[in-house]
Amino acid sequence: MLDIDIADLKRISELIFQKYNYDFRNYAMSSFKRRVLRIMELKKLNVDALLKKLTENPQFINEFLDELTVNVTEMFRDPSFWRIMREEVIPAIMLNHKQFKIWHAGCSSGEEVLSMAIMLKEMGIHHDVTVIATDLDVNILDKAKSCSYPIKNMELNEKNYIRFQGTRSFKDYYREENGQAIFDKELLSNVSFRRHDLVTGDIFNKFDLVLCRNVMIYFNQALQNEVLKKFHESLFKYGYLAIGSKESLIWCDYANRFIVVNNEEKIYKKIKD
Amino acid sequence: MKKINLTNSYKAVVIGGSAGSFQGVVKILSQLPKGFPLPIIMALHRLKHVRNGFVEALSIKSVVQVTEPNDKETIKKGSVYLAPANYHMSVELGNNFALSTEEMVNNSRPAIDITLSTCAFLYKEKLLGILLSGANKDGALGMKHIHERGGTTIVQEPTECMIDTMPKAALAITKIDHVMKIDEIVEVLKELDKQYR
Repeated sequence: MLDIDIADLKRISELIFQKYNYDFRNYAMSSFKRRVLRIMELKKLNVDALLKKLTENPQFINEFLDELTVNVTEMFRDPSFWRIMREEVIPAIMLNHKQFKIWHAGCSSGEEVLSMAIMLKEMGIHHDVTVIATDLDVNILDKAKSCSYPIKNMELNEKNYIRFQGTRSFKDYYREENGQAIFDKELLSNVSFRRHDLVTGDIFNKFDLVLCRNVMIYFNQALQNEVLKKFHESLFKYGYLAIGSKESLIWCDYANRFIVVNNEEKIYKKIKD
Repeated sequence: MKKINLTNSYKAVVIGGSAGSFQGVVKILSQLPKGFPLPIIMALHRLKHVRNGFVEALSIKSVVQVTEPNDKETIKKGSVYLAPANYHMSVELGNNFALSTEEMVNNSRPAIDITLSTCAFLYKEKLLGILLSGANKDGALGMKHIHERGGTTIVQEPTECMIDTMPKAALAITKIDHVMKIDEIVEVLKELDKQYR
């Protein structure tokens, strides 16, 4: 059985930082270890071979990032979250601005972006919203832009959509082709996808709503703290932040600049600059 | 009761279970000595998309309120934790939980193997691992890791299990220190509790 010790994991993250400026040094160790072991298994590499390949083959880094980052997600994950978005959060934003901006931070293969687009369509406000979706992995951004997913994922997505109580039939949103469910690209007409690294990247815009669900769970607490500061700066005053249902901000320095809007769904509102 | 050597050097108890384990877990939690000195960390297979209800059902008869930890929550002695729906639950060197939404393992999220293996890594020989009734092999590899790191392994007596695939899978791939009925497991925990008094 493959195994790897913490010293070697640190060598890998240090090398990637020095050579490629991706900073995994503050990732949560348990999942970082599983991800690296997974790559070693997939590519049939031991630690030394992996380090060598990362050193000598700069093209390998994209493949490495694609496997390292967790890209497992689903449309309308936590349907109760989406109901609160539709019934409380979005209407509250619209009280102040008819047009507004959303950031999906760490958008992965785009299921959440597409869910948001469908929801905004059904609310009749799709054209009033500007969406920016970012991820550090360029391969996964291409996947997100393609609007096409394996048909086998649709059963779960549809179940979620039904629990979300969408106004249409979920099947209306895609056509089936060669085992893929292909969604209408028009749904993403208001979305721009960008490569952006939450850890090393700068603040690039201001938003009314930031979604970053189940991304910071891969960071240690020190890094969560830093990233929350960036979200704070990226939000307008009284803007909203949504994180994963089992994430928490309470230990972060900036926690007191937010209030809890919905504790079950982990939706926060910035109340102090 | 079967002879089992216990000391006060344990740091945690980890429990895995799937189909048919609910009654056993309830029995264990309802007879837990008051002020049990160790954290009890549980990964039980559950419906992926039902977030609520399970922890409440387990808590009804439990001596200690069962909680689903948030990501990075500190592990406290005497608390009983359950892996939340649709997340894997690991323990980390800083003595905290870490949740993840990675791929399913053995068709499961939470996967018992992930919780057991990370506990094995963190607690080494100071861990008591218990695997109960279940219908797939999830948990077997985790029990192997617990054994390899020097921890103590117990599986539920297969004849007592509603579905014995899970304990049998563990028995097939690693040394299991004790094969016990739920009542005996309860006695072990009571005995363990006495070591700390």
